[in-house]
Amino acid sequence: MIDTTLLWTVIFGLGAGSFLLRFTFLGFVGDRPLPEWLLRHLRYTAVAILPALVTPLVVFSGETGSTEPTRIAAAIVTLAVGTWTKNVFLAIGAGAATLLALVYGLG
Amino acid sequence: MSSTTTKSAYLAGVRDGAPFVAVAGPFAALFGVLATEAGLSVFEVMSFSLVVIAGAAQFTALQLMQDEAPTIIVLMSALAVNLRVAMYSAALTPYLGGAPLWQRIFAAYLLVDQSYALSHAKFEAAPELSVPQRMAYYFGTCTLVMIVWFASSYAGAALGTTLPPDVPLDFALPIAFLSMVAPMLRTMPHVIAAFVAVVVSLLAVNVPYSMGLMLAGAAGMIAGAQTELWLKRRAV
Repeated sequence: MIDTTLLWTVIFGLGAGSFLLRFTFLGFVGDRPLPEWLLRHLRYTAVAILPALVTPLVVFSGETGSTEPTRIAAAIVTLAVGTWTKNVFLAIGAGAATLLALVYGLG
Repeated sequence: MSSTTTKSAYLAGVRDGAPFVAVAGPFAALFGVLATEAGLSVFEVMSFSLVVIAGAAQFTALQLMQDEAPTIIVLMSALAVNLRVAMYSAALTPYLGGAPLWQRIFAAYLLVDQSYALSHAKFEAAPELSVPQRMAYYFGTCTLVMIVWFASSYAGAALGTTLPPDVPLDFALPIAFLSMVAPMLRTMPHVIAAFVAVVVSLLAVNVPYSMGLMLAGAAGMIAGAQTELWLKRRAV
């Protein structure tokens, strides 16, 4: 289980950090333009960090860090439906349905 | 009298923001369920949602805390996921920068995907709006989304304590992340950034202290930025 001190450190650290991210420009910077190279990298933060986070979770999803075919299948369906429809909830629904069908249907 | 038009701007914001309730609600509820499953109390879940208000960053922090990553890695990764709000802040500043400081503090606290997207589109389309009218519209777009955000976090946390233990919830988080990533793969630089991040995350899976995530994220960002530059040079 998650340690209580760690949890509250993360809650307030993340709250303060997120507020600073949100306030920096509105509050301090005004409408001075940002350097182009910085903006160019910022554009790809979410699309790089989220796959980097999720890939090991998908590939090593078994109890002992093994590869779990049901999870791989659910991940592929989620990604395919999400890319195709651009709809977050259709993607979640399709991925969850695939996983449940494989776990309960074949299990 | 301008108070009438400020009020109508606020109501227009509430109206335009209403459909986005359907997006914020399920995410908040899912966070509530998963956080409860991870051992958080309802009070802790509500504090998390109230203090941070950032779906993807909250999911990231939750996952990394369960992986027992060092605190600094948890914070850096979750903030990296949330970096886009800094860009939203920059984009809204020309329109809202003239408002009083206390309003800008509240506006910053409430800055999320929905309030940014709706307000920026509105301010571009209606340049005649005064700063108070813009602020009123902005707070209007936040109103319903925030109410639903907190209510759904609570509902999810309450539900999370009652779910049967054999539901495969371990994989709900990966599915949620994948569903968020998929619509982001709009352009070739985005696809390359994601692909490089995936490859590096697998290569770096044994790097200690969850630093592999930072390495993979940085590699993906650089790959995306370089691909964009390369495409631009080729187009000229």
